[in-house]
Formats: sequence, structure tokens, C-alpha cells
Amino acid sequence: MSGARPGPALAVPAFAGLAALALWSATGPAALALALVVLTALAGWGAVAALSARGTAGTGLIAPLALGLVVLVAWEVLVRAFAVPQVILPPPSVIAATFAANLPTLWGDFVQTILKGGLTGYVIGCGAAFLTALLVDRYDFLRRGLLPLGSFMAALPIVGTAPILVMWYGFGWQSKAAVVVLMVYFPMLVNTVAGLADTSAMQRDLMRTYGASWGSTLAKLRLPAALPFILNGLKICTTLALIGAIVAEFFGSPTLGLGFRISTSIGALDLGMVWASIVVAALAGTAFYGVVALIETRVTFWHPSQRR
Amino acid sequence: MRALGPVLVVLLALLALWYAAVPVMNVQETLTRAERAGAVIEPASAVERRDMASIGLALRNAGQLGEAWSLERPRLPAPHQIAAEIWASTWDEEVNGRRGIVQSGSFSNRSLVYHAGITLTATAAGFAIGAVLGILLAVGIVHSRVLDLSLMPWAIVSQTIPIVALAPMIIVVLYSVGVQGLLPKAIISAYLSFFPVVVGMVKGLRAPDAMQLDQMRTWNASSAQVFWKLRLPASVPYLFASMKIAVAASLVGAIVGELPVQQGGLGARMLAGSYYGQTAQIWAALFAAAALAALLVWFVGWLERRTLRAMGGPA
Repeated sequence: MSGARPGPALAVPAFAGLAALALWSATGPAALALALVVLTALAGWGAVAALSARGTAGTGLIAPLALGLVVLVAWEVLVRAFAVPQVILPPPSVIAATFAANLPTLWGDFVQTILKGGLTGYVIGCGAAFLTALLVDRYDFLRRGLLPLGSFMAALPIVGTAPILVMWYGFGWQSKAAVVVLMVYFPMLVNTVAGLADTSAMQRDLMRTYGASWGSTLAKLRLPAALPFILNGLKICTTLALIGAIVAEFFGSPTLGLGFRISTSIGALDLGMVWASIVVAALAGTAFYGVVALIETRVTFWHPSQRR
Repeated sequence: MRALGPVLVVLLALLALWYAAVPVMNVQETLTRAERAGAVIEPASAVERRDMASIGLALRNAGQLGEAWSLERPRLPAPHQIAAEIWASTWDEEVNGRRGIVQSGSFSNRSLVYHAGITLTATAAGFAIGAVLGILLAVGIVHSRVLDLSLMPWAIVSQTIPIVALAPMIIVVLYSVGVQGLLPKAIISAYLSFFPVVVGMVKGLRAPDAMQLDQMRTWNASSAQVFWKLRLPASVPYLFASMKIAVAASLVGAIVGELPVQQGGLGARMLAGSYYGQTAQIWAALFAAAALAALLVWFVGWLERRTLRAMGGPA
């Protein structure tokens, strides 16, 4: 590939043109469609390679979008060209149409699963873990007794408690929130305790020479030092919260919620709806994570991991 | 050994708390049974009792709660009931049961050993697929700028998506094209364990600093030599750290994958228990899953120690 490399001026339009051509070929012979998809992927590769070789600004954003476009085009074209049954894999256009046609239903599911179940549990679980971490940090006995258990529990398949909690708290969102509380509690606890311990002896000694109390040492030194860890824990927990809220619905739910929608739509072989629900879950997960990551960059801008 | 004392104390405290919680959680059922047996219960009407807080009800009828720890289908089984269930569905079932391994030559399909075995095979298969694919992809990402630019952001985004939401669909779709049994569960496991390995491995392969890379260059090392002699050895600690996360994730994947198709496994056992109100069975399956998770993470840790020792690192 060394030597004659096409410049972006050639590669990018070629990529766009081939993608359009591939989409157009979806109704034609399958072999042609396949060939065009492969060409599109190669052109996409070439375009990204050309852009990154030039060091064009924004390549970091364009490259993943190009890959996403290639995947979507290949999915759409191949599913239609090879006439894959919709009960196995619906093309993206059908999913988008289902999504648009069922916005109110999906919004209701979103509110039920993400806002009521996921977010409530997330706030309660992370809050409780934070308070426990303060206690654990204050009393060395608890640190030695509780922390090994906490890190052990953090590795366990806590989703397994979902059937029990659904039995206790009923089919409503409360049981989902309870599952989420259990799922986020231990990772958050372990992260916060690790963060609170992340000060050097010299820093603590300095606070002691100032005659600082436990409270002001905590507020002025250890909490700020722990912030990167706390926010990292909060970031990890966003995903766990959504997993907990959705899986718990497989064990019983009212007639709305993303997990409910997924399992009933599968029963009805309405794969478009399943995928639309998954799109909602994916968008919610990404947005949730993005918000916490944004808070992280704002709050802990001083930390080495945030430097560019 | 110094560390063991506090852990034991905390464990005992949790156990005591559990025993104390049992009568409160089971108060309704216990009082109903006591009433049938002829005891006098404080608010005599069952409807009135239903609307009362459990703690208040338990305190007012403290004398009648003796049966709470031995109910048939408790809301919260006592620890010894769960221990009895675990014993009955492992050793007792296998050794004394008609379908057990002693009398029939194969593991009984009512025993936790059998179901844990199913889950373990799916987890192991999924983890192997996921780890191998993850390592290969990480090598690709480190060596190709295009892959790095276009794939890595998606790898990170995919971490934020609740992938288990896909699990029932993957199972059903694969089932409808004729793939069933171990493979669909293994695919979900692989999917969950795949990305932690990619992220950890990319980090590890990039761990050698500029000075080490320059040193390789002064030796005129080819990029294959740089890979085998510098990048790969440097990535091993990162690889094992992420594999510990990945193996726990793939166990979750296998359990969730067992929910939609009732063909054995700890997940199926939990769901069956939740359908029939067999709480002790759910708890027993839960403890079996916990033991399995601990075993898997310990195994990866053991591999890590062996490998690092073989590489001449600190044992």
C-alpha cells in the first residue's frame, strides 16, 4: 500500500458514492450487493487511512462514524439482498420506522425502567455506598472486616438476586430499584474507600500539624483526593444500573418497561420492536455515561488522567 | 491471619442480622399458621395484619414467631435452611438420590452440581472465545491506526450499553436458525467478556514507554520482534487484570443467557425457583453462582501468578 496512496479528496467521495451505490443495489442480485458492500468497506478504510495520514482535524470523530456507516450499510444491504427473514434480523430502516412509530410506548418504557428503576436505585445505592465508605474509612476495624467482603461481592453475579427482590418488593419499579441498589453498592464502596485512602502520609501529617479535625481533613484533603475514584465508580455504576434494571424485569414486571418490552416482543416475534427497545437502552446508557463523564471532566480537571 | 478476625466478626454480624430479619420478613405467613394452630394473634383480622408494618407486627406477637425459621416457603429463608437445601441438592441428591451419580452414573438434573456444570461450561467457552477475540482485536488496534481510530470509540461506547438486554434476543434468534444448547449462551458470555479484554490488552500493549521502544529501535528490531519481545510481555499484567473482570462478566452473561431457554444451568434454576416460590432453591443457586464466581476469579489469579513467575517476575 506504500507509494501511490489516494488523497482524502479522492477517497472520501469514493466512499460516499460506493455506500450510496450499495444501498441502491440492495434489491438487485445478492452477489453484486455483497461485492459493493465489500468495496464500500475498503473505501471507508482507505478514506480513514488517508485522513489520518494527513492528520486532518476531526478524524477522531469521523473514523468511528465511518465505521458505523459501513456497518449500517452492510446490515441494511445484506439483509435485504439475501432476503433474511425479519424474525431473524430486521434491517435498520425497519428498526428506525418501528422506533419512530412507537415513540410514546418507548418513552413510557424509558421512564419506567431507566428513570424510575435505574436512576432511583443508582442514587440510593451510590449514596448508601458513599456513606458506608465514610464509616469504613473512619473505623479501621470495618475497613479490615468489610472491605475484603466488599471486593468479593463486587465480583459476584449480583443480578442473581433479582428473582428474590422481585418476590419481596413486587412487580413495580421498586424491586428494580432494589436490584440496582445491590448491583451498584459494592463497586461504588470499593472505589470510594480506595479513593479516601489515596493520600500520602506526608499530606496527612501536614493536616495534623495544622491541628485539623477528622472532619476538616476529610473535607479539605481526602474527599478532593478521592474525587477521581468516586467519579470513576459512578461511571462504572451507570452501566451496572441499567443492566440491573433491565434484567430484573425478566423476572416479573408491570406491562411496561424495556425488559418487559424486549421479552414480550420476542414472544410475538416482533424483532423490530426488540431492536427499537435495545436502541432506547443503548441511547440511555450512552447518555447516562456521557453525563457522568462530563461531570468528571468538569470536577476533576486537575487530575493527571484528565490532561490532554 | 490478622486480617481474618475482622472479616469473621463482620460475617458473624451479618449472619446474626439475617437471623433477626427472618421473623420480620416472614411475619405474615408465620402468624397465619400460628392462628390456624389455635394461638391468639394481636390484631385478630388477617386484613388488618396485612396492612401493618412487619416490624410492629413482629414485636406485638413476639411469642408466636417460633415457626418463622422453619417455614416451607419463606419470603426469607434462614441461613440453615439454605445450607440444608444446598446439602440436599448437591451431596445428598448425588450420593443417595435415584438419579444421582452414584446410582445412575451421571449427575442428577435436580442437583446444583449438574446445573453449575452447565453454567461453568458455557462461561468457560464464552470466556475463551471472548478472550481470544479480544486479544486479537487489541493486537490489530495497536498495529493499525485505522482500526484504532474507528473501532476503539465503539469499544468504549459499547461498555455503556446494557448488552444483557440483547441476551434473550440472541438466544431466540440463534434458536430459530437451529443453533441451540451451549453456543448461544457462550456467545453472550463472549460478548460480555470481550471488551474488558480489548481495553485492558490495548492498554498493556501500549504500556512500554518511548525509551524502551527507542531501545528496540537502536537494536534494529523488526515490528514483529518489538511485539513478541517487548509489547507482549509488558501487556501480561494488564491482560490478567482485565481477564479477572472478564471472567466475572462472562459468568453473568451465561446466567442471564439461561433465563429465556429453560434447559438447565444456574439461571434456569433461579427462574424456576422464582416461578414456584421455592425461595430456598433460588438462594442455593445464588450461593452456587457466588462460589463459581469466586472459583473462576481465583483460577485466573492462579494462572496470573504462575505466568508471572514463569516470566521471572515477582512471584
